[in-house]
Amino acid sequence: MTVGLSHYLTVAACLFTIGVFGIFLNRKNVIVILMSVELMLLAVNINLVAFSAYLGDLVGQVFALFVLTVAAGEAAIGLAIVVVYFRNRGTIAVEDINMMKG
Amino acid sequence: MTFADAFFYLFAILTVASAVMVITAKNPVHAVLWLILAFFNAAGLFVLLGAEFLAMILVVVYVGAVAVLFLFVVMMLDVDFAALRAGFLKNSPLGAVVGAILFAELIMVLGWKFVAPVKTGLSLAPLPKSGSGVTNTAALGQILYREPYVYYFEIAGLILLVAMIGAIVLTLRHKEGVKRQSISAQNARGPATAIEVVKVASGTYTIPEKAKEKVGA
Repeated sequence: MTVGLSHYLTVAACLFTIGVFGIFLNRKNVIVILMSVELMLLAVNINLVAFSAYLGDLVGQVFALFVLTVAAGEAAIGLAIVVVYFRNRGTIAVEDINMMKG
Repeated sequence: MTFADAFFYLFAILTVASAVMVITAKNPVHAVLWLILAFFNAAGLFVLLGAEFLAMILVVVYVGAVAVLFLFVVMMLDVDFAALRAGFLKNSPLGAVVGAILFAELIMVLGWKFVAPVKTGLSLAPLPKSGSGVTNTAALGQILYREPYVYYFEIAGLILLVAMIGAIVLTLRHKEGVKRQSISAQNARGPATAIEVVKVASGTYTIPEKAKEKVGA
């Protein structure tokens, strides 16, 4: 079977599902949750680029670039929050984070 | 099956397999390394799709910056990761159900029977024709630095600036009890503040109070 758009979309769907599953699986570990979010964003990027290639429109790649930007910023801020939280509490367990609510 | 198709299956299988390893790895350091492998293979998929620039950006930004950042944080924090894995199996049935439903939905929406995109000829920015000599990077630059996308590009730069400042503000702390160089104080120091002229009559010398403090006598 020759590779077409649907093949790429299936790979992206697999990656997105794995990302969601990873959040359920590692519910206590913020770092792995952040990695799962990165996987989901990667799946979105694959979707955008695949549609861009098969519809002959470059704008999809421009949007993938912006998604990449936001993902990089999100990782930086998220990890900074994890570091600060670890400094204050000595743990990064997700359940304890509701202590922060005012 | 052509050569490119074989590479598609190689990259796709490796991407999905390493993504599975990311979420199941016991050691978070290994998870980050699997994440790097997943990004590399996704970059391979991008190359197959003809998006060379994005593929290289993926390697540079994700592998070079984001994954290394993850690696730093994982190694810097002294966390008992085994304790964080408690409930790993307890949570998995719910996750599997939600994941299976989501995957089925995605396949139904996107699967091969239902998606047959038609080139409408309405594309905002057509891909460069193969053989025209215009590279993917050049074509992206042609539309990224023009209206209207240049505004989005500027906003993306602003987002990165805010993220950078935010990360610095969040993690910067001034430790107490660390001696730091104060350049302005050093520059402001002149003869009036640095030198004390003491008139001493011979034979009646007593150490001035200020000097006592300085020496710690």
